[in-house]
Amino acid sequence: MEQPNLSYIKKISKGEIEFEETLLQIVNEELSGEIDNYYKFLQENNYIKAKLYVHRIKHKMSILGLEKSYELTNIFENSIKTNNFKNQEYFEKMLPIMLNFLKKI
Amino acid sequence: MKGIIVDDEITARIILKQVAESIPNLEIVEDFAGAMQAIKYLNKNVVDVIFLDIHMPDFTGFDFIESLKNPPKIVLTTSDRNFALEAFEYKFVIDYLVKPIELDRFEKAIDKVNAINLVEEVAEPIIKKEVQTNNTEDTLYVNIDRRLVKIDVPSICVIEAKGDYIKIITEDKSHIVHSSLKKIEEKLPYDSFLKVHRSYVINIKKIVDIEDNSVLINKNVIPVSRVNRNELKRRLNLL
Repeated sequence: MEQPNLSYIKKISKGEIEFEETLLQIVNEELSGEIDNYYKFLQENNYIKAKLYVHRIKHKMSILGLEKSYELTNIFENSIKTNNFKNQEYFEKMLPIMLNFLKKI
Repeated sequence: MKGIIVDDEITARIILKQVAESIPNLEIVEDFAGAMQAIKYLNKNVVDVIFLDIHMPDFTGFDFIESLKNPPKIVLTTSDRNFALEAFEYKFVIDYLVKPIELDRFEKAIDKVNAINLVEEVAEPIIKKEVQTNNTEDTLYVNIDRRLVKIDVPSICVIEAKGDYIKIITEDKSHIVHSSLKKIEEKLPYDSFLKVHRSYVINIKKIVDIEDNSVLINKNVIPVSRVNRNELKRRLNLL
């Protein structure tokens, strides 16, 4: 599986450690809530809302340098509206990887 | 240049503010998690550019654009490449940034906004002159309480923007009219009237005196923005 990295965050922070820490903390907080909401709406078969949270999580993937995961999630996001759920398994496997990365740093 | 950010993700707003800090002439004055709060703000404040997320729950970026009466320049920000064609159907949309936003791409978007502003600044007086040659009336009729009230244009001293309304101050009266500064400016003679501030158009023939950043007209002290100061000087008969 692809592993998160800080390359994008380092690029935009221009060495401001405080900005990096704040951003990572907020990404962690938002991501946890977004993952909970994704599973909640998926369970309720509310695919419109579930798709919205996939979209937001996709943005977090790009911030964490997960380029391949971003592309696969893009396909997953677009497949939800046709009840196709392509790459769902991959997407869901990436979620704990992202959370663990954010916990460890 | 003043800008606001409209995006429901805190992460996205923080990143945009960070990259915006690198642009010397750009100041992010506010950021909003929802479109409604931004609309309320824009009813009372003027900005030059909006960084707008397309994907927002309840009220999308496109809904937001359509709800604005006088939209400023808009730079769309999104994690979705699929909306680019739709985005550029709106004439106020200057650029389309795909998240995560990179600094060099953001700089290009700001360059586009600046370039369009420059073109408009140059073209505006020419267009006004053309309008003026076709409209040399000395009177203006305004709709007040369902009546068309006649105003003698040379008697107008100041016009002040007040949200969705304008206040027309003449030598002896003032009128509140549901209109915008932009609309009335088009009806006024170019050689007499000048926008000196985002909220004020003045009759330069009525100026009593001028200080560094204000003019006195009929006992009203009117602020003059730094960007408009040179144009004001150029239009006056200075010794």
